[in-house]
Amino acid sequence: MNTDKRAKKKKGSKIKPRVAMPMQDPGKRTANFNEVALGYGPEQAAAEALRCLQCKKPTCIQGCPVEVDCKTFIRQVVEGDLEGAFRTINLTNSLPAVCGRVCPQENQCEGVCKLNPTGKPVAIGRLERYVADAFYASTACESLTGGDACPMIDESLKVAAIGSGPSSLTLAGYLASHGIKVTVFEALHELGGVLVYGIPEFRLPKAIVRTEVETLKRMGVEFRLNWVAGKTVSIPELFEQGYKAVFIGVGAGLPRFMNIPGENLIGVYSANEYLTRVNLMRGYKFPDYDTPMPRGRRVAVIGGGNVAMDAARTAMRLGAESVHVVYRRTMGEMPVRREELEHAIEEGVKLEILAQPKAYIGDGKGNLTGLVLQRMVLGDPDESGRRRPHPVEGELIELPVDICVVAVGAGPNPVLTQSTPELRLNSRGYIEADPETGETSMEMVFAGGDIVTGAATVVLAMGAGRRSAKEIARRLGR
Amino acid sequence: MYEIIRKRELIPGRVTELLIDAPQVARKARPGNFVVLRLSEEGERIPLTIADKDPDQGTVTIVYLVMGKTTALLNTLGVGDTILDFCGPLGKPTHIERLGKVVCLGGGTGVAAMHHIAKGHFEAGNHVIGIIGARSRDLLLFHDELASFCREMLVATDDGSLGHKGFVTEVLRERLERDPEIREVVAVGPVPMMRAAAAVTKPFGVKTVVSLNPIMVDGIGMCGACRVTVDQRIQFACVDGPEFDAHQVDFDELIMRLGAFYPEERQSFDLFCSCHEHR
Repeated sequence: MNTDKRAKKKKGSKIKPRVAMPMQDPGKRTANFNEVALGYGPEQAAAEALRCLQCKKPTCIQGCPVEVDCKTFIRQVVEGDLEGAFRTINLTNSLPAVCGRVCPQENQCEGVCKLNPTGKPVAIGRLERYVADAFYASTACESLTGGDACPMIDESLKVAAIGSGPSSLTLAGYLASHGIKVTVFEALHELGGVLVYGIPEFRLPKAIVRTEVETLKRMGVEFRLNWVAGKTVSIPELFEQGYKAVFIGVGAGLPRFMNIPGENLIGVYSANEYLTRVNLMRGYKFPDYDTPMPRGRRVAVIGGGNVAMDAARTAMRLGAESVHVVYRRTMGEMPVRREELEHAIEEGVKLEILAQPKAYIGDGKGNLTGLVLQRMVLGDPDESGRRRPHPVEGELIELPVDICVVAVGAGPNPVLTQSTPELRLNSRGYIEADPETGETSMEMVFAGGDIVTGAATVVLAMGAGRRSAKEIARRLGR
Repeated sequence: MYEIIRKRELIPGRVTELLIDAPQVARKARPGNFVVLRLSEEGERIPLTIADKDPDQGTVTIVYLVMGKTTALLNTLGVGDTILDFCGPLGKPTHIERLGKVVCLGGGTGVAAMHHIAKGHFEAGNHVIGIIGARSRDLLLFHDELASFCREMLVATDDGSLGHKGFVTEVLRERLERDPEIREVVAVGPVPMMRAAAAVTKPFGVKTVVSLNPIMVDGIGMCGACRVTVDQRIQFACVDGPEFDAHQVDFDELIMRLGAFYPEERQSFDLFCSCHEHR
């Protein structure tokens, strides 16, 4: 332990710092929806890549749910081989520009980087983003997808993917690269699932998602919009149409409310509604776009996760005078990524911690005017190891607000599961799937992402898509 | 893209019927289902109840009242024009079984949606009593279509130009009073009409179903904008409905929530109308 500490100190002092990420100025960025993190340029990327130790036994690869060969692609960045670096990442990751932006690298590749004990792990996520952006910006992608890099697609080997979020897109990329025809069925009018309706433009520009989808299209993946699996087409019908396997990646997506008085007042929105109006429907451009956006002077967001912070930072950009994030524990227990929390605070979002909503107050005409909060205190740890909050008797606070966004999680969307009784669900309504392959109680029907695990991260859904894709390819002899 | 095959102005400038080429929707559409459509990249998603379908021809019939920007824009389209997004069939279909006598009550544009449900009851072998209303005779919708399969056809008009002079709910009460064999009432129309119908049927203890039309965004259970209170619980009209037990619905809350974006809807509509006049 002691030697470790000394080593850390000694090592840490010699290690160069991470190359800082260029950012939009906090004062300016709350007035626009443009991306906050601006990305490395070539010199910054090369300098950061040089910090990689090129370990004999790299740990970063195992740290990645989709097993990106970080060591190799970083070496290729040092060598200036952009196309090679992109190919290396793309071998296992169909959405590099997305992952470079929204993965919690601190818990994954960077969390297990040999330099992490010094507090200065290689900025693998930023490098991944650089490679994807720079590669897409050059015309090199055509050389990659123009012919010999992709195998001929066998039209008789058809696989259906339901939902066009990260798990399905990953699966589609893997299977297409193994010569299997994939059709992706999306219920909404735009492709990308949570990447387009959930994650805001300032964190993940929609153009990035479109580029990743275009790459898949050029690989022969087919997309159908406005198809609601379970409604427009059922799973047995897909098999009748000749699909050999079906992957279900429909996400969680059914918003939870808290069941407290006043929840249906005008001004109370689920985070899904609030974010969908802005992101998918471009409500912030109303009336140029038709979908109206609730604009409040005083906004509260309930919850401590990434979605809560996305909603709070969106409210700032829509011109709110004050935005409070209400959370029943303390800042340390918030599940949000540290980086997002820091960005939110820089932008002026305030935290109302140790506070649990008890009721919404209305003006008698149906409009929200305030939130009654119960002051909490932390007690002993619960099963999850986090200290359990307890109410402080008699301590109620009133927070005046005209908009409240509820970001306390989501449940399984029932549309597909209700219409597919053969599909076995767990007690919480999520699909039961084999942890190794994702296969469900229906033969050749696989599932992955939030509809299996409950709300989680983009890259975990991608990992699930990749595992199922490998198994499907194997069973189809590819 | 979904092509408009036929356009019929039922009430010129106000209510229009469109036949849309959408085979995958037509194939699966059941009474009570709805679609969500979007007309342009800048457009909003709006829900419209399916008025009829023809699976063999691959067409779906929708009927709309021109009341906002999207329906006004839709009304500028003609045969051969296309709708950008047309998603469905959504919502739970009407629960239809062979019961005997069933009243299908419709008001305003709701008659169109009711028509599809009434047809379902007729096809299931029920004795369908159709009750429809409008301000005057020439504003009645789907009268002849309903008359072709309803065993009885009752009409109420505000001005008495056809049938009973007064409200459809008065006709409903009178019919319930003299016929204890009515097993179910389905009411589709403006919210005040559905609320009044629920109040009329309650003392008779007759099961009553209403089809609700709250504001929706996605229509597939993702956003919760369409939440309604039924039996004191939150329900999402898009995936749990749109049909609910009329005696359990909180209609006051529904009316309140329908007004949530009234100023913006007005602004959008006025902007559209002024642009259109200047063309």
